[in-house]
Amino acid sequence: MSSRRNRARQSGSSRITDEQINDLVSKLQSVLPEAGIRRNDRASAAKVLQETCNYIRSLHREVDDLSERLSKLLEESSSDQAAIIRSLLM
Amino acid sequence: MVALRFLRALSLVRCSGPGARSPSYRARGIRRAAYACMAASAGPRRAWSRALLRKIRRRPGRGLRRPRAVIRRRRPVGGGDPLEVALRRLVPGGGCMEYCRLLEEAADYVKCLAMQVRLMQTIVDSASHVNSID
Repeated sequence: MSSRRNRARQSGSSRITDEQINDLVSKLQSVLPEAGIRRNDRASAAKVLQETCNYIRSLHREVDDLSERLSKLLEESSSDQAAIIRSLLM
Repeated sequence: MVALRFLRALSLVRCSGPGARSPSYRARGIRRAAYACMAASAGPRRAWSRALLRKIRRRPGRGLRRPRAVIRRRRPVGGGDPLEVALRRLVPGGGCMEYCRLLEEAADYVKCLAMQVRLMQTIVDSASHVNSID
């Protein structure tokens, strides 16, 4: 808590209030999947940060995994099918 | 639109013939394309997209490397809370922002990342379906 107040003092003209921070934390909470924190509960900032970090890490892993799968699929598909996929872009 | 950008990038991936690379190289290229398309679609208004594009474009071995001392970088914010430090590491460009900005950027980054994952999953599902038709 005190670290946040220190930050507010240091920023000088832009006084960051706890209210603003709570608002931003609840906005962050709204983009997280429901399984982590129940939307109705006003979770603490620490819980939201923890869930956010976990979620970002899992999304990064999913991107890696999907990139591998896409790479294999592009290799496996025949040239006809690759042409079909390319024609979707036109 | 991020979907079109990404599909276009995928179509450029060479799978066979001259210039084809190993599967792991291809996977890394696809991953890089995914982040690049995501950042390009978010536009320059977001700090995370700018930082991501800078990181992707700054590939090792390309052109002259600036000595570290010359690189202009704002002083990173000292860490107190370990959760805040972890979040700063995960969000691109998160090292130097004010706390409020970090929270805003994190929310936008999570939203775009989730959308990118859904897009890639849809493409994988469709392509698997196409492959299984034969």
